[in-house]
Amino acid sequence: MKGWLVARPDNMSGDNRADGPRRSQQAPLLVAPGDDLGDSGEFDAGHGVLVMDGRLRALKQGRMNNRDGTVSIEPRRTAYVPRPSDLVIGYIEGCTSNIWFIDIGAPFNAILPMSLGPSKAEFGGIRKVLDIGDAILCRVQEVEENHSSVVTMKGMGLRAIRSGSVEEIDPHLLGRLIGRGGNNLRQLKEETECRVIAGDNGRVWIDGDLGGIIEARNKLNDLLEKAKVAEYGGVA
Amino acid sequence: MGGYGDVQCIDENGIRLDGRKIDEVRPMSIEVGVVPVADGSARMTWGLNDVIAAVYGPMEAHPRKIQRQDRAVLDVRYNMAPFSTTDRIRPGFNRRSREISKVTAEALESVVLTELYPRSKIRVEIEIICAEAGTRCAGITAASVALAHAGIPMTDLVVSVASGKVHDIVVCDLNKEEDNYGEADLPMGILPNSGELVFLQMDGDLSPDQFQEAWDYNMEAAKVVHKHMVEALKRGEA
Repeated sequence: MKGWLVARPDNMSGDNRADGPRRSQQAPLLVAPGDDLGDSGEFDAGHGVLVMDGRLRALKQGRMNNRDGTVSIEPRRTAYVPRPSDLVIGYIEGCTSNIWFIDIGAPFNAILPMSLGPSKAEFGGIRKVLDIGDAILCRVQEVEENHSSVVTMKGMGLRAIRSGSVEEIDPHLLGRLIGRGGNNLRQLKEETECRVIAGDNGRVWIDGDLGGIIEARNKLNDLLEKAKVAEYGGVA
Repeated sequence: MGGYGDVQCIDENGIRLDGRKIDEVRPMSIEVGVVPVADGSARMTWGLNDVIAAVYGPMEAHPRKIQRQDRAVLDVRYNMAPFSTTDRIRPGFNRRSREISKVTAEALESVVLTELYPRSKIRVEIEIICAEAGTRCAGITAASVALAHAGIPMTDLVVSVASGKVHDIVVCDLNKEEDNYGEADLPMGILPNSGELVFLQMDGDLSPDQFQEAWDYNMEAAKVVHKHMVEALKRGEA
C-alpha cells in the first residue's frame, strides 16, 4: 500500500504494533477492506484476512488482532453463518405441504421438515401448527455442503414463540451479551425478571411482563452503544 | 483558453468555474450507517452530488432463476430521484439507470468474495438525491463503502473517479458545466491498493496523450477519494 499510513504489523513502531502491550485506553487498530496488514511470511492469515501476492490483506472493516503470529480481523458487522447445533430464533417465511421455510438471519433460508416440527401435523395442514410470520426457537440440525440447513424443534425448550419480544443484535456481540461464564446474561435476567434466550444468530427472545421487557430492551441498547464505543477506541 | 460558445469553463490561469485547479477534485464527505434498517449504508456528497447507498444481505436470492450455484449475485439498482435534477426525472428504471446498474454490479463483483455465499443475493440500492456530474462515480464509490460497512468480505474498495476534456484541456473530476460543454469524459473504477482497473467507460474522443493524462488524474484522484472512504469507515456511525 502506498501513500498513507495503514495498520500493518511490519511497519509499526514498537509502541503501536499489534502484538505489543495494549492498554484498554489505546485506540484499536482499525482497518478497512484491502488494507495491507503485513508480510505473509511473518504472520499467518486468520479470520477476515487473505494472502494476496505474499501480503496479508484485510477483507473486512474492523479491528485487527495479532495473537500468536496470526493476524485476524474482528469485524464490526458480520452475517450469521449457521453451524450444526446452533440455537437460533427464526421466522416462518413460507411452507409447502410438508416443509416450513425458516428465515434464520443467514444468507440462506433453513428448512423445517414436518417430521421435525413442534407437534404432529397433517400433510397439507402444517399452517395450522406454524403459520407464516410465526417466530420459533429451534436448533440447527444439519448444514449441507451447498449451505442449505435443516432446523429441528425436537429438543428440550424448543418451541414456537407466542409471547414477549424478539430483538436483534449483531452475532459477533453475543459474547458481550452473555459475558464470562454467562454472568452478564444471568445479571440481565435477574434485574429484569424476564426470560432471556440469546440465539446464536443474534436474535434475543425476551419474555416477561411489559416493564421487564422494556428494561431488558434498554439494557440491550446500552450494550450495543458500549460495544460501539469500545470498537471505536473508547473504554466500554 | 477553454470555452464553448459563451461558456468559458477555464480561465487563463487554469482555474475552473468553481475555483478549482485542473487536477483538483471537488470537496467531498462520506458517512456510514445513514440507513439504520440496512445491513450497511453510506451517504456521499461529492460537489453537489448527494448519493445514498444501502446494502441488504447476503440473503436468499429470489426469484430462484437468478441464483448461481457457485456464488452470490449482486443485485444493484441505481436510481435518480425525480427531484435530483432541474428537469424532473420520470420515476422508475430507464435505459441509463439499467446500464449504470449493470456496470456498477460488474465493478463491485470484482472485489466482493461472492463465492462465499453461493445461491444468495446481495442487494445494493443506490439513490441519487441530488445530481451534478459524475453520479455513476459517486454511486459506485458510495456502494463500495456501504458494502464494507455491511461486513461483506471484499479484497479492496472500489474508487470511481472521472476526468474529461474541456476544449482540449484535460481536467480532473468534471463539474456540471464541464460535463455539459466538454468534449470527453473518462470515468474509471480503480482498486486503490493494487492500482487495478475494474471499470472504464469513455464518452467522446481523447488522443492517446490526453487519455494518458486523464488516466493519471484519475489515479491521483482515486488516492484522495480512498482516503475519505477509509476515514469514514474507521470513524464509523455518528
